Amino acid sequence: MSREAIGPLDYLRRWPLRLWIALVAIFLYAPLITLMAFSFNESKRNIIWTGFTFDWYFKAFRNAGLLEAFTNSLTIAALSTAISVVLGALVAVACWRFRFPFKAGFEGTLALPIVVPEICMGVAMLVFFSRVMPWPAGLPWPLNLGAIIIAHVSFCFPFVAVIVRARLASFNRELEEAAKDLGASEWRSFMDVLVPHMRPALVAGALLAFTLSLDDFVITFFTAGPDTVTFPVKVYSMVRFSVTPEVNAASTVLIVLTVLLTAIGLKLQGREVAKSGGA
Amino acid sequence: MVGKTLIRIEGVTKRFGQFTAVDDVNLEIEEGEFFALLGPSGCGKTTLLRMLAGLEVPSDGRILIDGEDMAGVPPNKRPVNMVFQSYAVFPHMSVADNVAYGLRMDGVAKAERAERVADALALVKLDGMEDRKPDQLSGGQRQRVALARALVKRPRVLLLDEPLSALDAKLREAMRSELAQIQDKVGVTFVMVTHDQDEALAMATRCAVMNRGLLQQVASPTDLYEYPANRFVADFIGSVNMFEGRLTVDEPDRAVITSSALPVPIYVDHGVTGATGTAVWAAIRPEKIEMLHRPDGGLPPRVAGVPEGHNVVPGRICHIAYLGSETVYDVQVDSGARIKVLRSNVARYEERGFDWEQPVWLAWHPRSPAVLLS
Repeated sequence: MSREAIGPLDYLRRWPLRLWIALVAIFLYAPLITLMAFSFNESKRNIIWTGFTFDWYFKAFRNAGLLEAFTNSLTIAALSTAISVVLGALVAVACWRFRFPFKAGFEGTLALPIVVPEICMGVAMLVFFSRVMPWPAGLPWPLNLGAIIIAHVSFCFPFVAVIVRARLASFNRELEEAAKDLGASEWRSFMDVLVPHMRPALVAGALLAFTLSLDDFVITFFTAGPDTVTFPVKVYSMVRFSVTPEVNAASTVLIVLTVLLTAIGLKLQGREVAKSGGA
Repeated sequence: MVGKTLIRIEGVTKRFGQFTAVDDVNLEIEEGEFFALLGPSGCGKTTLLRMLAGLEVPSDGRILIDGEDMAGVPPNKRPVNMVFQSYAVFPHMSVADNVAYGLRMDGVAKAERAERVADALALVKLDGMEDRKPDQLSGGQRQRVALARALVKRPRVLLLDEPLSALDAKLREAMRSELAQIQDKVGVTFVMVTHDQDEALAMATRCAVMNRGLLQQVASPTDLYEYPANRFVADFIGSVNMFEGRLTVDEPDRAVITSSALPVPIYVDHGVTGATGTAVWAAIRPEKIEMLHRPDGGLPPRVAGVPEGHNVVPGRICHIAYLGSETVYDVQVDSGARIKVLRSNVARYEERGFDWEQPVWLAWHPRSPAVLLS
């Protein structure tokens, strides 16, 4: 049986592209896989494989500092996501629906947190929270995380706004008019027609905000106090002494968690899009 | 059909910035009518409809529905419902939920709601489709959902924005008669916007023709076609041969119009009540012109009731468009005019049919031309 000839668009069957894909896969995933693999390594050093063990996971779970940082991170991510989604969606709707003075300027300023270097944002937050509006110290959990949450919302919600704004462009305004024509109030037509249309964008925006918040280091580093350490900051401080497999284990848990969340989010979104006829 | 006035539009004007979309429109629509707002795109008909729905606010004038001034009444509080051009069926709701939406907003009890939804779906022949999602429906079915959704609220007026424009030709024709039937059954006043004159003539009991925001004529389909008020209406409704000329004779029982486009004057058997010398336009519909063979050296045929030398012109067929049920002939007259003539193809085969380049006589009855003053 002769092999079928390679078609003009069958790039995947030619070696240059295969090589390219292999390179991409190696540089993207090999580090991650190494990290995960060595979390099961018996040796304390991340160099030689000596045997399989779950010890580092138990150790990580018993590490109170690491656990606290992990809880902090999840709490911050959850709260700042919730706030960002609401705020971002409202901003997007406002920009989509209304005309107001300096709208272009407003939309431009909105995108600033996306483009401003994180280090600048971090320093700005540091100055703001230490000089202009110090966050009271010693508040009970989770209020002590307030400063970080505010910082996270400030760079997360523009992403949500951008995504939702793009989604709104495909909204058929007659749908809203139809709802009103059928007797719906402004609020009801917003909830019954506009929100269902935005839902996929809200899910996508929430996902993005959650991951952005969860793994943010730079801005958090500048706003976190001694009692408000987040997971990335904690890992950084642990690594400064030595990279133990404990860090590998904790990171693996985080990776699995984010991948799972993303998968769920994408699945939900896919279903929404399919339901609304892709429109 | 003639009932009391349901909608009264008084001096309604709508401006968008510098642009006047609707210009001082006065209109009365009676109860139970199937009323069509007809005009080319951008003529203001949709804006007028949207003002009835409350989706736009008039810049001037007022709208009364059932004697009640609608100023300040939001769309959700008006006794009207609308079928949108895009149908605007809610994509995330089932057919039944779509139809029930308006009733839910009105706080209708669940049992009554279910009953009325079922009735409405039966009316538009969508029974059995309750649980379908809009993306599982065809365009025609989506439109039926939109129709049921609006009618289930038992509005005083149903507004339809270009209801048939998104359907394909065959379905459009079927929907025409069905819409008229549904209107008959429910007895609700329908106000429809359309740019398609066939649609308006076929369905409406009365039409208003609009152009550039101005109302041109309000009349029954027959009157609109046979007695157009001006050149715009004559030209917009159907096709027409328009001859610009001057009144040379104007008696109570006859008038003569001389046009430079025709070798002979046009004779009509009624007065025009304009001073002789006034510029007028004679509009003659293509189907109201008779075409006869013109043998070499033959004398012009006589038209009954017309003095010799009027209403008969010689010409040559320069184009033929065969449309199946009828054929449109373009006839070039020596004086320069090009006249459209429409003949029904009543026989499958004509012994002496017409062909390209044939010399012909064109003749028309003294009652055929519509004399227009503007």
